[in-house]
Amino acid sequence: MGFPVLSAIVLTPMAAAVIILLMPDKYTREAKVIAAATGAAVLAMALFVYFNYDVSAAETAAAEGQSSFQFVEDVPWVEALGISYKLGVDGISAPMVLLTALAAFTGVLISWGIEERCREFMAFFMLLVAGVFGVFVALDLFVLFFFYELAIFPMYILIVTWGWKVTRVYASMKLTLYILVGSVIAMVGVIAMYFVAGEATGIYSFDMEHMIAASQSGAFDQVGYLGREGLTFARFWFPFIFLGFGVLAGVFPFHNWSPDGHVAAPTAVSMIHAGVLMKLGAYSALRVGVQMLPEGARVHLPWIVFLTLINVVYGAFIAFRQRDFKYVIGFSSVSHMGLVSMGWATMNEIGMMGAGLQMFSHGAMTALFFACVGMVYDRAHTRDIPSLGGMVQRMPWVAVAFIIGGLVSMGMPGLSGFVAELPIFLGVWNAAGVTLTVGSFTLSNYYPVIAVIGALGIIITASYVLRVVQQVFFGEYNAEKYGELPDITVLDKIALVLLVGSLIILGVYPEIMAPMVQTSMLPIVQVLAGGA
Amino acid sequence: MTTQELLTWLIPIPPLVAFFLIVLFTARSRALSTLLAVGSMVISAVLGFSVFFIGISTEHLGAHPIESAIDWLSVGAEAIKIGVVVDPLTVIMLFMVPLTATSIFVYSIGYMAADPRYSRFFAFISLFAGAMLTLVVADNLLLLFIGWEIMGLCSYLLIGFWFEKRSAYRAAVKAFLTTRVGDVLMLLGIAYLYSATGTLNFHEVLRNPEMLESLAAPSIYLGGGISTAGLIGLLLFAGTVGKSAQFPLHVWLPDAMEGPTPVSAMIHAATMVSAGVYMVIRMYPLLSIGAEPHEGIFSPPMLAMGLIGAFTALFSATIAVAQNDIKRVLAYSTISQLGYMVAALGIGAYIAAAFHLITHAIFKALLFMGSGSVIHGMEHGEHHAHHEGHHMPEGFNPQDMRFMGGLRKKQPITFWTFLIGGMALSGFPVVTAGFWSKDEIIADALQQTQMGHGLGVFVFVMLVAAAFLTAFYTMRQIGMTFFGKPRSAAAEHATESVWTMTAPLVVLAFFALVTGFVGVHPDFPILGAILSPGESSPFHEFVGGTLLEHPEALPFNPTAVATSVVVALGGLALGWWVYVVRGYKEATQPDPVQGVLGGWLYSILVNKYYFDELYEAIFIKPAEWFAEKVAYLFIDRGIIDGILHGIGRIAIWIGYLFRSFNTEVVDGVGDGIPMGIGEFGAWFREIQTGKIQQYLLMALVSIIVIGAIFWFGG
Repeated sequence: MGFPVLSAIVLTPMAAAVIILLMPDKYTREAKVIAAATGAAVLAMALFVYFNYDVSAAETAAAEGQSSFQFVEDVPWVEALGISYKLGVDGISAPMVLLTALAAFTGVLISWGIEERCREFMAFFMLLVAGVFGVFVALDLFVLFFFYELAIFPMYILIVTWGWKVTRVYASMKLTLYILVGSVIAMVGVIAMYFVAGEATGIYSFDMEHMIAASQSGAFDQVGYLGREGLTFARFWFPFIFLGFGVLAGVFPFHNWSPDGHVAAPTAVSMIHAGVLMKLGAYSALRVGVQMLPEGARVHLPWIVFLTLINVVYGAFIAFRQRDFKYVIGFSSVSHMGLVSMGWATMNEIGMMGAGLQMFSHGAMTALFFACVGMVYDRAHTRDIPSLGGMVQRMPWVAVAFIIGGLVSMGMPGLSGFVAELPIFLGVWNAAGVTLTVGSFTLSNYYPVIAVIGALGIIITASYVLRVVQQVFFGEYNAEKYGELPDITVLDKIALVLLVGSLIILGVYPEIMAPMVQTSMLPIVQVLAGGA
Repeated sequence: MTTQELLTWLIPIPPLVAFFLIVLFTARSRALSTLLAVGSMVISAVLGFSVFFIGISTEHLGAHPIESAIDWLSVGAEAIKIGVVVDPLTVIMLFMVPLTATSIFVYSIGYMAADPRYSRFFAFISLFAGAMLTLVVADNLLLLFIGWEIMGLCSYLLIGFWFEKRSAYRAAVKAFLTTRVGDVLMLLGIAYLYSATGTLNFHEVLRNPEMLESLAAPSIYLGGGISTAGLIGLLLFAGTVGKSAQFPLHVWLPDAMEGPTPVSAMIHAATMVSAGVYMVIRMYPLLSIGAEPHEGIFSPPMLAMGLIGAFTALFSATIAVAQNDIKRVLAYSTISQLGYMVAALGIGAYIAAAFHLITHAIFKALLFMGSGSVIHGMEHGEHHAHHEGHHMPEGFNPQDMRFMGGLRKKQPITFWTFLIGGMALSGFPVVTAGFWSKDEIIADALQQTQMGHGLGVFVFVMLVAAAFLTAFYTMRQIGMTFFGKPRSAAAEHATESVWTMTAPLVVLAFFALVTGFVGVHPDFPILGAILSPGESSPFHEFVGGTLLEHPEALPFNPTAVATSVVVALGGLALGWWVYVVRGYKEATQPDPVQGVLGGWLYSILVNKYYFDELYEAIFIKPAEWFAEKVAYLFIDRGIIDGILHGIGRIAIWIGYLFRSFNTEVVDGVGDGIPMGIGEFGAWFREIQTGKIQQYLLMALVSIIVIGAIFWFGG
């Protein structure tokens, strides 16, 4: 085993957080420099991992139906309970690590101007980032939950202390409770999995590879669970685990924490929050729910897809009528994350691959959106859409960045949104063979209808994006009210360029990410197809 | 990769590169930006024309097209490929698109000279041209769609180019969203096609009889009442309805006139709206699966095209009659002419549709640029008149034809070229290109009619009526603009435009006359023998090769020619009599048509049948209402948050219960929990930070409780 790069990615921000916290208060500038350096370092390491992930090895493994986890580190932790500190990435989580690093680094850059207790802010921000990294690289379910909860704690502090004064108490509490309840439900399910898999295989372990193997050997598919005929462990627990994590992915009707939370959070935290944290939910729902309980997925995803459809259309509709600039973006996240869950629900290769790409695309896009909103708000001190206007004259970079982000969100070819959403829609249409059975009632061939209605979301998305662009950036600039607003700083520009750049690169050359995501989706698709 | 393939790949590249260079580097320098944009367009045109000449001199190009593709997006074992193809249909587009686009670029140098955002304009039209060329050379629906969408974006940017004008920005948004409706349906069609065939490549689908046959099977949707191809075709055609502004998605196009004039030419003639028709022509083998037009059997997409196209052709021609804005008349005329092409395809007149697409693009680009030259002259005249102390009458607008008149003497080049364009549009017999292409569509429709096929009869009647109106409103436009006496000081002082604007007019006027001669029927008296020595016209011979089965040419039909001639000349003569002989004397005088039609009918036409108002009332308002009242306030804030807050309240209550229990039983330790829960209910009240531990504690307790239940219960 070479250099433990994944541990380094997780532990560097954690160490940075500790160092920053130990520094005396007056060292604000130093704290920021340390945070930025940490951000740059993890970005470099994430890029290293991303570009050194061996896709051909993953292909070989996929041919045998196995996920290929690489850069694996495995240190026994609590052996008596089968807990080990095990890390590793596959082609689904590696892009997520990169996304997290990107959001972390740009988040620090755009937070340079924070004046109030800046040192503590940076410390908690680093802690949050460490927690998020931990979830994406965890290969042990205990470690996964450890980091999952670790991320929530600094998130709460960050919102309640540095958030928008009007709603921060309400929003942070709402968010924390939602996510905690969701994760607790999922955690109970995982503990149950631990015992059932242990009983079936004789080895009690939280190791995810072990759990996947146990699942493939049918440990979760034995009928007669809870004394009921026709019920299996997987069928019973899948909805709890999937939706438990799904809360964090904003699945309807458990999405309501997210717009409030996004809006209340300070800019950098919104970027991590909507950009990365929601992917945490989607990723865990896929990894633990779909991959480990495929039999449950086959039964339940055919109805869960309706929830995701509601996400897509309903979120877009609500975004369309918001007056608060930041709420528009908050609800747009609800809508776009619905596409990720919808991608999982296709249960086919193309749809799931698209959803994998959408996680990255939406992450970078939303981070960009929130960065833009923050930049406008910091200068104009209002987010009320009708009273803004003409900002393109004062902040041309922000306007261009926002427009590009907007084009991504409406699926413009040449940008990442198109390469993500096109496969999702192809996948949904391709899933025509999926049938939904409830008792004696059977519904079939309905996925294309989902695609048709979901496509409505694309139209509404275009209308709310254009509305914001028109009213905030174009239109007349109110010089009397705003005076001479300053343009953004160089650091802000670097952040915007990084985010916009990643959206364009993925859009023009999807092969930079698609093969990696796709090969790692294959084993999951295979187990999903297994019993059908 | 062969040289021909390489040349084809390169065609769309220069304008795209120019776009990036201008945006990133040269935006401050007008000269450099002009050089880059026009230079790159000329390079593209040279490449395009080279491939055009290679194409027309290649035997059996249809069966053996120039093809090349690369992997773009991995999906399973098969990657989605993108590539280029040159078959006869592409070849003719490679004549029309570079020709019109280059003219528009050169014309813009003069037209946009005074605009502060000059460089930006050239950047946008470069991107536009690059996207259109991409679309033309695309070998599959995906790449076509990419070009299609980028054009949609450009049209949005260009229509809203003067974004300080509220109306301009609104028009841009309207255009984008309306076409988006069609685009999304088209995307679904693409998804369906991909799922049915596993490929999006044109030749793999369209020249593969087995594939076509498998698509003829009943669809698994809609109860199997329609074939797979039929449903895919309808979805794809929806894209055309949006892009080519067919009824009922036609509303965006007239408003799009808010953009600078070269943009109108670009959008309306050479590129965007033509793209819609190009796509259905391209996909015709799919759309026509199961149809036998000569037997009177039509596939559902053809039926839709025939009905919508023919209806649109007449419908928008009637609106054009009552418009006074010089560009709006042309906008409605464009919608109408696109309806011709769509209807032609609906009755299986593949060649005629392609022919009209080419000729129309040329003469409509000419007309739009001519109208721009008129507007420019009027603005110049207005400026001049102000200097001399003249005041413009109330409601003056340099685009309003009521304030024009007599411009033929002020702008002779513009007048003559516009006249040629107008004659071509009206189908003036023999000497104009529009006559030949329109005649071919009418001949096809007449043949259907004579065989007694219902769709054919409908198409024939509508198109003939529309042709009459077309000639009439064109003559009205020419009469009001160029004949009579100037009806405002601006018209009085109007001047001819600069050479960069008039030169492209002359070039296009030339092609508006001669392009038609490639499609003359071999049996046409005298000309047929000279121009079409083969069994069918050269155009027919060449473009027919695109299809798997070479379409049969119709026998020569003198009745069709006579019909075309009579309606064209009749409409022109009536227009001449009303608007030139009797003439418009004063700008304030009511339109003569108003007197004939009566006030209310006329105002319906002026208000475009109130479609904007209708859509506002039945789509936009309800959508806004639903979004705000139902989705947001009722469901999101009312039900979902209401349940949550209800749980919060119950938690407070339980908290109090616990507290009394606690203070009795466990002293002190548990106090924090109910306190915390109590504060959870006090949503907006300030609470101190750091209480989160209690929730973690609560979470832990719940895990243990729930876990215990399942452990012991399970």
